[in-house]
Amino acid sequence: MDIIVCIKHVPETAEAEIKIDRSGKAIEKTGLVFDINEWDDYVLEEAVRIKEKFGGTVTAITVNTEEANRTLRKCLARGADKAIRLTDTKFENSDGYAIAKILHSVIKDLSFDLVLTGVLASDDGYTMVGSILAELLGISHSTMVKKIEFGDGVARVNRELEGGLEEIVEVKLPAVLTIQTGINEPRYVSIMGIRKAMKKEIKVLSLADTGLSANEVGEAGSWLKIDELFIPPVEKQAEFFSGTPERIATKIAELLKSRGLI
Amino acid sequence: MREIFVLAEHRQGQIRDITFEMLTKGAELTEKTNTCLTAILLGKDAKKHAETLSTYAENVLLIEDERLENFNSEIYQKILSQLINKKKPLLTFIGHTSYGVDLAPSLATKLNLPLATDCIDLTFNGETLGVTRQMYGGKVNVKATIRKSESYIITVRQATFTAQKPTMNGEIIEIASPLSEEIPKTRFIKYLLPSSGDIDITAADIIVSIGRGIKDVSNKPIIEELAKTLGGVLACSRPIVDKGWLSSDRQVGTSGKTVKPKLYLALGISGAFQHILGMKNSDIIIAINKDPNAPIFNFANYGVVEDLFKVVPFIKEKIIELKSVRTQS
Repeated sequence: MDIIVCIKHVPETAEAEIKIDRSGKAIEKTGLVFDINEWDDYVLEEAVRIKEKFGGTVTAITVNTEEANRTLRKCLARGADKAIRLTDTKFENSDGYAIAKILHSVIKDLSFDLVLTGVLASDDGYTMVGSILAELLGISHSTMVKKIEFGDGVARVNRELEGGLEEIVEVKLPAVLTIQTGINEPRYVSIMGIRKAMKKEIKVLSLADTGLSANEVGEAGSWLKIDELFIPPVEKQAEFFSGTPERIATKIAELLKSRGLI
Repeated sequence: MREIFVLAEHRQGQIRDITFEMLTKGAELTEKTNTCLTAILLGKDAKKHAETLSTYAENVLLIEDERLENFNSEIYQKILSQLINKKKPLLTFIGHTSYGVDLAPSLATKLNLPLATDCIDLTFNGETLGVTRQMYGGKVNVKATIRKSESYIITVRQATFTAQKPTMNGEIIEIASPLSEEIPKTRFIKYLLPSSGDIDITAADIIVSIGRGIKDVSNKPIIEELAKTLGGVLACSRPIVDKGWLSSDRQVGTSGKTVKPKLYLALGISGAFQHILGMKNSDIIIAINKDPNAPIFNFANYGVVEDLFKVVPFIKEKIIELKSVRTQS
């Protein structure tokens, strides 16, 4: 089974303090650690597991500057066979739609049975690239996938619904599936994997290679134009306890006692 | 008159709340844009739902078909693309739910209409549509403008708009199903109910909940002890279940459980909206997090900006102290 995985290199912000930069349209990136998008970590693992079971290849694709080579190398070290990076200054400020078009321009000429993407990326959270890609490729899709099994020309997937409910859906192959976190347990990179990855080539393509025009990508080719970023207004600010950890703990314990909770 | 469409979402015989939230916001927009509100209902034996919706919208377009009993994005896309092409609504609302995210992006691509996803607000400025959405797990809001179009599609975050009481007496318009005999490439098989775990966290008065900030599974026992000392149960946010550190029946949030304890102690949880929706109605929320801008502090009653491992042992100690004082007196 030949699988294409779409990967994004993103800043880790879950536990970092975020500031808006001077342009007002992006966050301050200095000091942030970049790594593979959390969802894509599971995407890659799922692809490699399918390859290990059924044979075939895994190709990792990303749209980004040279910065993202680190994440592509990680994919190669963990079992991807090939890596493609699409890069061009014209790609800047692309939203999920423009990114999907860029990915499509390459994927349409590749041979594959399955395309896997993350449900969303932790930075812009569009939740759209996978299913747009499927529509552009003219194939079926399923999203928020938590389990994949294969039948005769079909994938049988568990989709995550709300409140712990799931549904089983059967999708004809080839298809695009967007993977939800928790579908598997991503492996660590082995030393041997890293050695092997160093020898593999990262193919670099630019706008000219995509066959797209400049106004189909970047902000011009996007559905959304970012006007301004801001820190969400505080609706109900917490009352903060400060002091030494012991002092804080005393205040919390006293509060709980006053509320009859201990 | 031009219309604003709202796609009704239903599952297992129930109209889902997001539908009424979108209808409320839609009604507000019709006044400003001189449009009328139309609910789109695709289902099987759905007349009862149509009647409910008619109290929230001026029109209900009802299409009934055996194949519409359960959601199927491929079938929905076929029908909606015909309806939108024909009626050219100013705007189509779809929920940013597990159904909406499966449907909206490919539908918009097929129709070549611009889409904004996961919106928490929207405003028309003339014909231009501006939206507010979030980035970086809710730590940043972004104002954006959708590419100018005669018709827009947006998906709306759950529980963002408050559904109002119904005030309308709309017309139900039945349309014959346009579905052909063609066999879809995607097929719904069945629902899988969540497995019930050893503890029902929704019944607990005190919940100690852990998130990404606990760093490693080896730190779990420290928190478990605190929960035990407090007489509470241990729960968590999504990343903990994803890593396999706690079972899914302990997960609080949109894809897990909704809880309302007397005390919710959030440790190392940044507060993505999916988690917030599952716990914001707790009586007292205390959050401990290293990031002073973590969204959880906007919902907590009390906050502590500190490394949770520095504070937790002391909390346990102080609680034991206070408990023993009570026992002595």
